Amino acid sequence: MSASALIPYTVETRPDTGLNNVKIGIWLFLASEVMLFGGLFATYILLRGGAAQWPRGASILSVPLAATNTVVLISSSVTMVMSWASLLRKDFGKFRLFMGLTVLLGLAFMGIKSVEYRTKFHHELFPRTNTFLAIYFTLTGLHALHVLGGMVVNAYLWGPGSAMWQSEPLRFTNRVEAAGLFWHFVDLVWIFLFPVLYLL
Amino acid sequence: MSSDQAKDHPHAADVDRHVRAYIAVFVALMALTFLTVWVSSLGLTVKLAVGVALGIATVKASLVAGVFMHLSTEKKLIVLGLALTLVFFLFCLLVPGVSDMLNNRL
Repeated sequence: MSASALIPYTVETRPDTGLNNVKIGIWLFLASEVMLFGGLFATYILLRGGAAQWPRGASILSVPLAATNTVVLISSSVTMVMSWASLLRKDFGKFRLFMGLTVLLGLAFMGIKSVEYRTKFHHELFPRTNTFLAIYFTLTGLHALHVLGGMVVNAYLWGPGSAMWQSEPLRFTNRVEAAGLFWHFVDLVWIFLFPVLYLL
Repeated sequence: MSSDQAKDHPHAADVDRHVRAYIAVFVALMALTFLTVWVSSLGLTVKLAVGVALGIATVKASLVAGVFMHLSTEKKLIVLGLALTLVFFLFCLLVPGVSDMLNNRL
């Protein structure tokens, strides 16, 4: 029995939802992610609202590094969506190029983030130092874990996972679309983290 | 490709139109990022700075969700599911604040 027989509606549309299970599954997962990050954003707002004093992000954190990371992550979102569009055009070579760039941009993001963290630790700024740094490390650390997870999936789809393109091209295209939706969500979270933590 | 499968993916002719939209959104997102950084250097009052920064972030997020994630053309079921999630999120966000306000009054 093939894997596609075990998991129904990976390609064809379900009659009751009008969608395939891949899309339903990834959007339900993203809804749970909205609640996860939403809960932490709510915590940030409540902590900041209740604090007698709150430092301006730019006085502790590096705005140029974070702005560079914003540019890197937005660029990676474009390369990700272009990799999916390349599959729709049946251009596997372009898919590999854009997906490879997405993984490299993810690596660049993590590299810049590690420089930022190392500088903080060098100046003895840790999560325990104050409430601002505690929420900063929690939010950016959780976000970085999501970037890492997305990179692993993207690297798999670029490498060994791409063999599916030969046998089940539509199913592979759906997989890339689902991975893309997760990657764009990670970008979307950063779009809010950047001004909230670094600029305000 | 069955008709059901074909409905899930844009036709090849539409892909070019999508790609042009992706590039336009990319340019807009870059411009809005620089705008965010520039506005933060103007020394606005905290309330105004929060409003402007979150306003720009909301526009950027809408572009990513609407165009890159295709939410603007997605089925109602997914949009309704996300709307329900946002209601729960707002509930989590507002309940502690409202509860504090009520406790302070009592």
